[in-house]
Amino acid sequence: MTVTTPPIVATEPSPPAAFWRTQGFPLVPVLILLTIALVAVFADVLAPYDPQIGSLALRYRPPAWQEGGSMAHLLGTDHVGRDVLSRLIFGARVSMIVGITAVLFAGSVGTVLGIVSGYLGGWADQVVMRVTDAWLALPALTFAIFLAAIVGPSELNIIFILGLVYWTRYARVIRGEVLSLKQREFVRLAIVAGCSKRVIMWRHILPNVINSAVVLGTLMLGVVIVTEAALSFLGVGVPPPKPAWGLMMADGKQGLMVGHWWLTVLPGICIMLMVLSANLLGDWLRVKLDPQLRQL
Amino acid sequence: MSSQPLLSLENLSTHYVSQQGARVVRAVDDVTLSLHAGGTLGIVGESGSGKSTLALSILRLLPPAARIVGGRMIFEGENLLDKSDTEMRRVRGKRIAMILQDPMASLNPLFSIGNQVGEPIRVHEGASRASAWERAVALLKSVRIASPETRVSQFPHEMSGGMRQRIVGAIGISCEPRLLIADEPTTSLDLTIQAQYLNLLRDLQREHGLALIFITHNLGIVAKMCDQLAVMYAGQVVEQGPVSRIFSAPAHPYTRALLGSIPRMTDNRQHLTAIEGQPPDLSSLPPGCAFAPRCPMAIARCRVEAPPEVAIDEGRTARCWLAVPGVEATAATMRSNVA
Repeated sequence: MTVTTPPIVATEPSPPAAFWRTQGFPLVPVLILLTIALVAVFADVLAPYDPQIGSLALRYRPPAWQEGGSMAHLLGTDHVGRDVLSRLIFGARVSMIVGITAVLFAGSVGTVLGIVSGYLGGWADQVVMRVTDAWLALPALTFAIFLAAIVGPSELNIIFILGLVYWTRYARVIRGEVLSLKQREFVRLAIVAGCSKRVIMWRHILPNVINSAVVLGTLMLGVVIVTEAALSFLGVGVPPPKPAWGLMMADGKQGLMVGHWWLTVLPGICIMLMVLSANLLGDWLRVKLDPQLRQL
Repeated sequence: MSSQPLLSLENLSTHYVSQQGARVVRAVDDVTLSLHAGGTLGIVGESGSGKSTLALSILRLLPPAARIVGGRMIFEGENLLDKSDTEMRRVRGKRIAMILQDPMASLNPLFSIGNQVGEPIRVHEGASRASAWERAVALLKSVRIASPETRVSQFPHEMSGGMRQRIVGAIGISCEPRLLIADEPTTSLDLTIQAQYLNLLRDLQREHGLALIFITHNLGIVAKMCDQLAVMYAGQVVEQGPVSRIFSAPAHPYTRALLGSIPRMTDNRQHLTAIEGQPPDLSSLPPGCAFAPRCPMAIARCRVEAPPEVAIDEGRTARCWLAVPGVEATAATMRSNVA
């Protein structure tokens, strides 16, 4: 006997094309993030001066468009005569490296623990979730300062500290997702087919939570960068000669009262643009990726 | 037929126990069944009669609250209850496969068809990605998917319901299991696709010498697919035997009622008979036969004492006092006295 199958014609446009044509694609935020990323990568080429060496003779030069400014230092100089533009350019590198690696670190730790806790349940779940509860009860910034005081400030330590402070948010979100995923029929089929728990977590659960982890990651990028800036501002972040945006604001804060606004406002704008862009991109991804996952 | 059955359940009982141990639900109660290689067993019963729990017991995949409290499960000469979790995992999907109640949702949306059909082969036989992929193409062909070479690299959302169903079937037979358990695999399909799928399952069974356990509440499917039938009520098998003989002469009033509730084309009955009343609460069963409160033929003894499983014929048993030799006669006289 012959079985005739009606041909199924896909009515949706192919995913990649539709993806980019979607309304509301945050073009400006993405361009800003790309620009900051490119500036960070090519900082050596783009920066007109060495960001760590200044000349005291040239201190407190205002930006070029203000009286007393010159084209030699487009965005002015700071209290030891270092070029602000060059420091902002190198600061982008610090923010990008710290932000992205800290998010990756927090994300991988949190995602793995979230999957393990959600899928295995039982005591593993109890341990991870009680630790998470305790972690979330601590104010993030205070906790970060406390850790920084213990391990001492350095760029690597900051990444480690931020990862340690923020992994719990991933663990919570991912665990919730896993709890609903593990009831899904395809996971049950994998169990029935004799897959081990490790295989199920790795092959069936992880790919299904990656979307959520990416969305959370973009949103967390903003949080992490602000925290890094705050830590640097408070003096427990990236150690001084390195040009971090938070640190630049801290250095410039005395100057604010006597009209040296560019030392605090300009790095502040950089932080704001980067965080805002990351959040807008994250918001869009959240809306974009979630329903697609459900549709499939 | 070989003398040694492929699977035999001996007095298997699975109970759900509430956390304090206060409530015990006898989802599967003292079930004795056997199935020969290549045979087809239909398990029929209302919702909540323990059919699915029985299937999950065989695979030892019960939810945490459920325990197998007694009995033996002999599969290919080995007691499955003696196996460790790791050994059990090697049985699942390899020697005993299962098709779930909702095959439509059984495919992972993020992986290609070939990847999923090949997964059991990679897990159980350690096959390489490439050879598993080739086997997947062959399997899709054997479940009659048109142009398997292109379909194999597509994703579940590109398939129709009937195709997804057949793909799940292909996953089921991918490691050449000896036994396939299908738990209401056609409930989510429309009738024409159902018929196609049942034909396919039957052909696969013949080609591969599979034994099939078919869990359903549809007696029409049993008539079409199965050679053995077990009717479950309140966790117990109330009647079992060859399908044709049960259909022509049901021994248990419940079986009779089930058969009476099927509409037929050649029917000149004005009404379908419904079974009065509700299925019993499994945590507080009546003292006698569980079906007695709904049974039109119940006698006094039924309400006091649970009937034993009696052999009524070659390869046939029933759990009913009326089937016990001697009791029928007394019941008849009692009824005539009442009349």
